[in-house]
Amino acid sequence: MSIFVDENTKVIVQGLTGGQGRFHGLRNRDYGTKVVAGTSPSKAGTDVDGVPIYANMAEAVAATGATASFVVVPPAGACAAIMEAAQAGIEFIVCITEGIPAQDEALTYARLVQEFPGTRLLGPNCPGIISPGKCNIGITSGDIALAGGPVGIVSRSGTLTYQALYELSSQGIGQTTCVGIGGDPVPGTNFIDCLEAFQADPETKAIMMIGEIGGSEEERAAQYIADYVTKPVVSYVAGVTAPPGRKMGHAGAIISGSQGTAQAKMDALRAAGVTIALNPTEAGNAMIEVVKNLK
Amino acid sequence: MDLFEYQGKQYFAQFGISVSPGGVADTVDEAVAAAEKAGYPVVVKAQVKVGGRGKAGGIKLADNADEVRLHAGNILGMDIKGHVVRRLWVEHSSDIAKEYYASFTLDRPNKCHLGMLSKEGGVEIEVVAEENPDAIAKISIDPIVGLTLEAATEWVAAANLDEEARVQAAQLLVKLYTCYVEGDCDLAEINPLILTTEGQVHALDAKVTLDDNASYRHPEWADFAWGETEDVREQMAKEKGLNYIGLDGTVGIIANGAGLAMSTLDVVNQVGGSAANFLDIGGGASPDVMAAALEVINSDPKVKAIFVNIFGGITKVDDVANGILEALRRVTIAAPIVLRLDGTNAAEGRALLQPHLNDQLIAEPTMLDAARRAVALAGK
Repeated sequence: MSIFVDENTKVIVQGLTGGQGRFHGLRNRDYGTKVVAGTSPSKAGTDVDGVPIYANMAEAVAATGATASFVVVPPAGACAAIMEAAQAGIEFIVCITEGIPAQDEALTYARLVQEFPGTRLLGPNCPGIISPGKCNIGITSGDIALAGGPVGIVSRSGTLTYQALYELSSQGIGQTTCVGIGGDPVPGTNFIDCLEAFQADPETKAIMMIGEIGGSEEERAAQYIADYVTKPVVSYVAGVTAPPGRKMGHAGAIISGSQGTAQAKMDALRAAGVTIALNPTEAGNAMIEVVKNLK
Repeated sequence: MDLFEYQGKQYFAQFGISVSPGGVADTVDEAVAAAEKAGYPVVVKAQVKVGGRGKAGGIKLADNADEVRLHAGNILGMDIKGHVVRRLWVEHSSDIAKEYYASFTLDRPNKCHLGMLSKEGGVEIEVVAEENPDAIAKISIDPIVGLTLEAATEWVAAANLDEEARVQAAQLLVKLYTCYVEGDCDLAEINPLILTTEGQVHALDAKVTLDDNASYRHPEWADFAWGETEDVREQMAKEKGLNYIGLDGTVGIIANGAGLAMSTLDVVNQVGGSAANFLDIGGGASPDVMAAALEVINSDPKVKAIFVNIFGGITKVDDVANGILEALRRVTIAAPIVLRLDGTNAAEGRALLQPHLNDQLIAEPTMLDAARRAVALAGK
């Protein structure tokens, strides 16, 4: 099984007519994802390589019955696109847009929780989700993922998500689902949401969690793991060598005072029984050991 | 982007928050002119983005022009924790009766806004939080509702501010919240927020961090660009639109994605090297961006080897390869470049570079191998 998406998930790409939207939307389709429509207010009635374009989400959902959307629009329009998808009844929204102002993210998150509690947002500023062999929504290169499980991956960093997939796939270890939650201050889906879903998924036997400096999400995840997760967890936290007070690329990745250091996060996770690795390769190797011992 | 105190006060003033009258000065003469305009007595304040200015002698009271000359002369050029003072803020001195603390920031775990208010201002809030946490009144603000005057009024009472300050403080806090939200601040902090002996409440200091992601809708922020970074490498990177942080090591780092860039620093460190910088070329990097990144790293004389670590997602590896070739055409890169390329269009990218590989342009199959090679080359 997979979490959040599966082989039947129908996806609308918001921004399919743009350069990035076309590239990644069609790549998702070519992977086997059911990309059923795109939206563009000015290009309704046309198509992108055979994928029909509708004027708005309401029309696209009515015509296709899609339950998921992929938001690939610039920062100034991304939050409006997310709200439009939620209003059209979309249950699962993946937003890869980087550079959305934090105030907009906080407001959009609050509106989703209040007005559309049944809608899950993944991102913004995330690589998306891939359930190998079934569904790929986002910018992850499908060929680095391996179907069949037994590992579930959740990561704050896009490129480290790919690195984790690569480390496992190259050793013949498959994944049930790989979720990139993104590095922004207000992620729609967090570590705990994914840990909960992986714990409940019978095909996921072990979990890899990739964190990074900043905030306290890893510490909260550690507490959740200690309380509720019985499956083995391997973790890597990036940014051990990051200097305090400097934003390391992601808006959320900053050590302020003694808060948010990689060391504090690793200590919390280790105390919760998580196997800690010091780099992505070590994390891959540790997971290989875990998988060997599953049988 | 962190603002200087004077910039923060100018920003506050745009939202109707009361600050002391004053002016900016880059020379002793300008300081005297600003003092005359503000009215004596004045406070001469060093403008540096670091705490502890007072203790370092960077804040002085002056009663007349001679004293302004003396203090301004001493403070300009002063080194405060590695920050050289190049600008002063000279403002009319306030008679302080009480010092409070007020701030707004994002409460990330709870995904709402957090207001903090304390009647124990003037010291670092971290110190108050540790020694007397009950002295801080916190308020969670739903972004949809915002901060109403009613809620602010309850809040100043909960913080136990002095009776005569409460009405003005509540009004000021609503304005500060507006500044925080509409002004796209990551942090809007006033410490101290004072009650004067005349019964006026106003901001005696300003600590503002702007959300860089919102700069597209704030053309006025261009005015705040003065003195933003003293590191010439960071200045150059910023002009080229790169996400760069200068460090002290010998291995130049270029990676795509913040997480991979951080991880690259970690791995270089683990195999015995030290990174010269953090550089995330971001998602969807074009050949131009890659070329610019190499040029910035090349300008750092400490760099003895360059580690390019790319795992393509939205970034296409063939674009990266073209960027490297473009950069090599444009400038002579002094240090050897070690490449690790995987992900979207990796095969195409590797094929493009294959004919150009030599002892100055080296490809390694994995991140760890590449880190080891780069560190070995830097150590020679």
